[in-house]
Amino acid sequence: MTRPCRKGDTVEALIALAVGLMTAAGIYLMLRQRTFPVILGLALLSYAVNLFIFASGRLLRNAPPILTPGVTAYSDPLTQALVLTAIVISFAMTALIVIMALGAWLETGDDRIDMDPDP
Amino acid sequence: MNHWIIAPVILPAVLAPLIVLLMRNHLGPQRAVGLAGTAALLCVAVGLMILAGKGDPQVYHLGGWPAPFGIVLVLDRLAALMLVLTAALALIVQVYATVTGWDKRGQHFHALFLFQQMGLNGAFLTGDAFNLFVFFEVLLIASYGLMIHAGGRQRLRAGVQYVAFNLLGSTLFLFALATVYSVTGTLNMADLGVKVAALPEGDFALIRVAAVLLLLVFAIKGALVPLHFWLPATYANAPAPVAALFAVMTKVGLYATLRFGTLVFPPQTPATGSMPGDLLLPAGLITLIVGAAGVLGAGTFSRLSAFAAIASMGTAFVAVSIFTVPATAAALYYVIHSTLAIAALFLVCDLVSRQRDGDSLRHALPPMARGGMIAALYLVTAIAVAGLPPLSGFLGKLMILQAGRDSAALIWTVILVTSLVVIVGLSRAGSVMFWKAHEASADNRPRAVSEWPAVACVTVLLLLLAALSVFGQPVLEYTTATAAQLYDTAPYIAANALGEQVAP
Repeated sequence: MTRPCRKGDTVEALIALAVGLMTAAGIYLMLRQRTFPVILGLALLSYAVNLFIFASGRLLRNAPPILTPGVTAYSDPLTQALVLTAIVISFAMTALIVIMALGAWLETGDDRIDMDPDP
Repeated sequence: MNHWIIAPVILPAVLAPLIVLLMRNHLGPQRAVGLAGTAALLCVAVGLMILAGKGDPQVYHLGGWPAPFGIVLVLDRLAALMLVLTAALALIVQVYATVTGWDKRGQHFHALFLFQQMGLNGAFLTGDAFNLFVFFEVLLIASYGLMIHAGGRQRLRAGVQYVAFNLLGSTLFLFALATVYSVTGTLNMADLGVKVAALPEGDFALIRVAAVLLLLVFAIKGALVPLHFWLPATYANAPAPVAALFAVMTKVGLYATLRFGTLVFPPQTPATGSMPGDLLLPAGLITLIVGAAGVLGAGTFSRLSAFAAIASMGTAFVAVSIFTVPATAAALYYVIHSTLAIAALFLVCDLVSRQRDGDSLRHALPPMARGGMIAALYLVTAIAVAGLPPLSGFLGKLMILQAGRDSAALIWTVILVTSLVVIVGLSRAGSVMFWKAHEASADNRPRAVSEWPAVACVTVLLLLLAALSVFGQPVLEYTTATAAQLYDTAPYIAANALGEQVAP
């Protein structure tokens, strides 16, 4: 039995809250001085945006994304494909910035994110 | 379908992995394949420009999937112009990196260089908003590698900042695209143009939020104030040839703004109206002021060049923000000019700092071998960057002033005053670098390096600038036709054949 989410369904509120909280935490961490919290912040932001893209295809319960006999309500397959792409890219980027931060830490001896003052 | 349209993406996508897999320890073949690849890209780009000049936009349906469900590449005059500009600049810069030995100071220079071009070309060609995001990421990943090429303390730290800032930009881009998709249900740019124009009034607020988010993303790429903070540290610390190539990377932000501002959110669309232009004009003017102040106050030559790049982006965005055919034609002319001029400035900066320890403008450094030659190159480049006659910067700024007549009090004042400030800044830098060299202690002798091939590369760039002013009329005719094509969106949308089956 499929039915679209009713307005005011708790799932919508929970997803909106999750996106908002993760974005807020991500931005807070992005503004820190050291590379480690900044990378954590970036990771949180990418989780938030993945959830947001998923929700932009509308939230439906028990609705398949591909053609199935006898089904009339479908969920949007495109947003799910977009989320997959976004996950792959953000995962690769996080790996890359971890390596770069590690390189900078080994090279400079500390993990401050900001530059030395102008010579 | 004309399969050549996808060649600027496929060619580097095939050659770069070949370089990584087969010749990772052999610099000679790497150089040969890398340079041959870029030269081939230039030939393809020129061919596509001739094709695009024949008339309406041409569409390549990837995999034969009909738009708006499949991804499309669209070749029009603007895309072709940017392809040629990218390939020409890339070839000169790559030759410079080869003759100066920059490419052997780290690994995979030529492969990354080709990947960077793949991302740039893809971003210029794509007709799908999400695909634009993907190509942004491709060019960014390659630019991260190029940025920290040759390593070093300051460079790595600047690299981490650059990556973090751009990851934030990518996240913002995804938020913007998801908002656009939730309102319109499509991400094909031609389809977006149709859907946004026909939106019911209840969706206006949401699409405006999406439009502002997209503008913010493009402003990050184009280094508009207040989102320019990544640029000075990145450009000043990147290897000089890479910084010269990055001169075209900021133009991607401008290109995307222009594309979305004319196709998806044109001034006559009721949902957004004149909002993009209203936001871009003050941002462009402030960017110009910040850039000019930076040129005047920079402590090193490389930072001066970075701020000159910011100032040129400000000028170009001011012209874009007017959103009329003559203004856009002027903006495109200025984009060609400023890309070549800023690249030349970074290469001259490299010529200077190669012979000296550092490029400080705070105190005099020892004289250089063939200093007169380099000083002459600097003089011509500075004339181009500041926009003095007879080089093309003057023509470009003149056309922008002419297009901005309607709000002359504001636009003219800012552009003219900042031009003066830039001239003062560049003169001061030149005096310290070249005239005060005799004041420096003689025990710090310059390193002897072979200069001629490097000087030749810079000269080619400057000759291109001279050609741009000599052939100003034909170039302006092309950019005017480009601008006219941008504002007449019907052929672009028709070319996408939305919802129709694709003939194989």
